[in-house]
Amino acid sequence: PLERKRFYQNVSISQGEGGFEINLDHRKLKTPQAKLFTVPSEALAIAVATEWDSQKDTIKFYTMHLTTLCNTALDNPTQRNKMQLIRAAVKFLETDTVCYRVEEPAALAELQKNEWDPVIAWAEKRYNVAIGSSTSILGPNIPASTKETFVSHLASYNMWALQGIEYVITQLKSLILSMGLIDRHITVEKAVLLSRLEEEYQIQRWGNVEWAHDYDLCELRARAAAGTLFVHLCSESSTVKHKLLQD
Amino acid sequence: MAALGSPLRTLRGLLRELRYASGRAGRPYRDTSAYQHIVAAFRAHRVTSEKLCRAQQELHFQAATYLCLLRSVREHTALHQEYHGKGERSPEEVAGLVGFRLPQQPGGKG
Repeated sequence: PLERKRFYQNVSISQGEGGFEINLDHRKLKTPQAKLFTVPSEALAIAVATEWDSQKDTIKFYTMHLTTLCNTALDNPTQRNKMQLIRAAVKFLETDTVCYRVEEPAALAELQKNEWDPVIAWAEKRYNVAIGSSTSILGPNIPASTKETFVSHLASYNMWALQGIEYVITQLKSLILSMGLIDRHITVEKAVLLSRLEEEYQIQRWGNVEWAHDYDLCELRARAAAGTLFVHLCSESSTVKHKLLQD
Repeated sequence: MAALGSPLRTLRGLLRELRYASGRAGRPYRDTSAYQHIVAAFRAHRVTSEKLCRAQQELHFQAATYLCLLRSVREHTALHQEYHGKGERSPEEVAGLVGFRLPQQPGGKG
């Protein structure tokens, strides 16, 4: 269901054996698969509680991105293990938005070069890899060593953070932009702008359609922001109880 | 490093979004755990001046990200209500769009 009536007055958090729990009045929140909803970080629990408390007359599930991410981490509905998640994430590099270039129109090609080359250069330097870009329909040719570097790097994240990383990559259609966010090199607004560069170019040329363009823009910003925040809150060693996170 | 602007501006924006987001009247937004957590975090790290400390930059980035989340969800919901929230038109309304009226059928259809 997309929406249902708000059935609770008070939202609070409490600490249980498995982590922080969300209470809707006296009921404990459960996942779609009926597991107890527990998160490893207090800040994340507070943010989830805020999502539930922000709902007015109806609960708009499609706006509750942090809750959704936690449910995915807890239920793992796609049944993927850590290595499968990592490989799915790194595979995106082969069709990474910022590496996939047009040849025309010239103005767009120029815009892509000016806006995307710097972030590729940043990634190449930061991770000591070769990435490059391509106008070929097959996309860029990413060396195996580059992929292995990213696989190793992502392996250092726990399962929860990885769910978040893979989510952001899927939304932005770019591993490079996602790493830019995770590494705090660019803001969410900038990452989304770079992800939607061609749309923005077309909007400048042909005009903006609020009910489509702004709608998509806000949704992508919300999802990318939620994913990024989720990753950071699940990775902080000061707030995360390591023993609770299944690797 | 990400261009984040002034930490004070981010904090103000965040508190404003929390105010907008307080769904049920009655409980002031200043009483919420989110408000208290954010204010305590900013106080603890004194993120209100130009500093290069890594922990401060991390906190500021997190705050700016959360601000983006709250603001974007609010804007998206408003757009959804405006353009996609009204459901379908009834048959009478559809007919009215082109100047027709549905026939009266006292015995019901067919």
